[in-house]
Amino acid sequence: MRGREWSRPVRPARREVLSAVPELEEGRPPLLFVPGFGHGAWAFAEHWLGHAASRGFPAYAVSLRGHGGSEPAPEATLRAYAHDVVQVAASLPRQAVLVGHGAGALVVAHALARYPARGAVLVAPVFGGWGVLGAALRRNPAGTLPAVFGGPLRLNRGQLFSSELPDEEARRYVGRLGRAGRRAQWALLGEPEAESAVGAPPVLVLGSPDDRVVPASTLTRVARRYGSAPLLFPGMGHDLMLDARWEEPIDAILDWLEKEPVGPGGHVRAVGGQPPAWWTAGLPAGVAGWGTRASEPVSVLVRRLIRPPPSSRARR
Amino acid sequence: MSTSTDHGRPDPEATSPAANSDGRPVSDRGDTVCVIGAGASGLTAIKNLREHGFGVDCYERETGVGGAWNWRHDRSPVYASTHLISSKPFTQFPDFPMPDSWPDYPHHGQLLSYFERYADHFDLRSHIWFGTEVIRVQPVEGDRWDVTTRSTGGYGPERTARYAAVVIANGHNWSPKLPRYEGLEQFRGEIMHASSYKDPAQLRGKRVLVVGAGNTGCDIAVEAAQQASRCWHSTRRGYWYAPKYVLGRPADQVNDSLLALRVPLRVRQWLYHWTLRLTVGDLTRFGLPKPDHRVYETHPIANSQLVYYVGHGGIGPVPDVARFHPYAVELADGREIDPEVVVFATGYLPRFEFLDASVFGDSAGAGRPTLWLNAFTPGHPTLAVAGLLQPDSGLFTLSHWQTVLFARLLQARRDRPERATAFAQRVRDRAGERYSGPVKDSSRHWFEVGHADYLRAIQRALVELEGK
Repeated sequence: MRGREWSRPVRPARREVLSAVPELEEGRPPLLFVPGFGHGAWAFAEHWLGHAASRGFPAYAVSLRGHGGSEPAPEATLRAYAHDVVQVAASLPRQAVLVGHGAGALVVAHALARYPARGAVLVAPVFGGWGVLGAALRRNPAGTLPAVFGGPLRLNRGQLFSSELPDEEARRYVGRLGRAGRRAQWALLGEPEAESAVGAPPVLVLGSPDDRVVPASTLTRVARRYGSAPLLFPGMGHDLMLDARWEEPIDAILDWLEKEPVGPGGHVRAVGGQPPAWWTAGLPAGVAGWGTRASEPVSVLVRRLIRPPPSSRARR
Repeated sequence: MSTSTDHGRPDPEATSPAANSDGRPVSDRGDTVCVIGAGASGLTAIKNLREHGFGVDCYERETGVGGAWNWRHDRSPVYASTHLISSKPFTQFPDFPMPDSWPDYPHHGQLLSYFERYADHFDLRSHIWFGTEVIRVQPVEGDRWDVTTRSTGGYGPERTARYAAVVIANGHNWSPKLPRYEGLEQFRGEIMHASSYKDPAQLRGKRVLVVGAGNTGCDIAVEAAQQASRCWHSTRRGYWYAPKYVLGRPADQVNDSLLALRVPLRVRQWLYHWTLRLTVGDLTRFGLPKPDHRVYETHPIANSQLVYYVGHGGIGPVPDVARFHPYAVELADGREIDPEVVVFATGYLPRFEFLDASVFGDSAGAGRPTLWLNAFTPGHPTLAVAGLLQPDSGLFTLSHWQTVLFARLLQARRDRPERATAFAQRVRDRAGERYSGPVKDSSRHWFEVGHADYLRAIQRALVELEGK
């Protein structure tokens, strides 16, 4: 019973949705990108939307209420954000893959309990807790401390980007950051865990070990919760979609989706007790860190995954 | 990524030859589940079974999805102005919300587009055989089922396929229930059942008698008040006419805030009576009979306009019909009225003509199966009925969880047979359970459930099935 969902539905809000759709419909699942707190759909429109579309995936990005071009909502809660995501996902023509970044990953985790996604990708997930607060206070006390008392959370460039990103671009991005609702920010500290996902979607977790917002240990913990190991991109900042080497993570996500052995509606875990042989075979080295392969210890996987995929190395 | 054409359609090469008891060939569909009907409950059955990894063949006699909610279908009971009587959060599937831009009480056309989007979003159409009706469903050994189909209208050859399980979602609002009245045959006016009422133009300028105070009867009475030259509304008893909005919010949402707090029934009834007194007022002052029961004891009627039109003289409330004369209708209190059109909004009865009545333990053939959770049949663990409910909320959330439970049960049969056996025992023990407070005994309330009680019962069943 979800009495509250019924008796107190979330108040509707106008939402900004940016999209890039391939010219030819290739039957691939649509991607819905969910930006983290402070970011709007623009963060994905810079690079990732177009890139996903050029590889044949219809790509959409939503601005959570109060962010980007969506309606202002200073009193927004985490639940309202999850509502925004589910509403947009259900409006897409087909079952979508949800891609959440930062605190947007937490929003996606909550949305997964309300919408049977085709799959989910958590990019540098901020699932809250005191560890994240500690890290943020250490790196950026002046920007973080007001947020604890309900003020705006100000992120600085050192937290978000690696030094490879040109200064001017980084300043431009930081200048576009907005702020999340006060109550949603507090939810990062004391919100109960998201309900388990409906429809058992496969979940990929990726991030950077050099992220100054999300400690590597958090990445591993979140990934373990979804029965996998994180996919790591060393040398990148928290905003993987805006940083200098933005192509590597999005290519890894799309590779994973192309290999993902999930039929429409049918999910890996439901097919039977044993994963099919072609599931474990033939995965590219860089995208093997998902699924429920309990036989291999997580640490081994992590070490193997730290190497960037051969394809991206060749490009540099 | 594999495409949906890998599954779904029976492929002649892939199926092994077998024969049923008549010696006719049967194509064996292995672990595939058969879903009968692609209305709201059928669609959610397909989606949830697919989500749990089962192959699904769905047979739909019409050429589109939406069942009763698709006005193009000849069995559809909707009329031009049909709107929902439960607000959006109560009506939508729990994992596929209706758009924020829709009103609180959407129109039936919006509901149809909602089902079409649901079918496309989850790619369900590739599993549906349109224009195919099921004429026979027979149990065979191993708890499997032979399903015989042919093209709708009786054309073409019959085909029989063998399935691991069957979900019956053929709806229960299409076979009209017509009461018997003395002298009805001699009546010279026009008689119609609400199922054939489509448009207020049918009533324009006529003297109309509407029989029945269900939600449909009240809607038609209101339309007659606007269009007809005269309107009488005949009811068996007094009812509680709940407004659609209370305290500026949809009434069902206000009611559920109390349910969420687990306020006891008596207190809720008391509060409800008070709210009605403050908003609608004393109904007997309008000439309506005083309700002979407490609120929540009959299926709720959500209609803000009925009382309004009674107050404007548009609707004349009258008691039950006693008998028909050629040019008049005699009422229970002896009065005679002279309507030209009589609309019977007297409800529907479920029908399962493709299934032997003994399967459901309904040897009398009255159309009232004995089931647990209104879905599971004692002695037939692989048969489920979806959507055979009359909830005091939207139906689709309830069908959704019914079919999730059935899919989990089928999984348990495969992976943990001992739990499935225990479940079958519970079905036998508890068949016929009710999930509402005390209700008036009437065929109208055969399938009445309180949505909160029912969902809690389903949740318990899921927990018992999966357990620790």
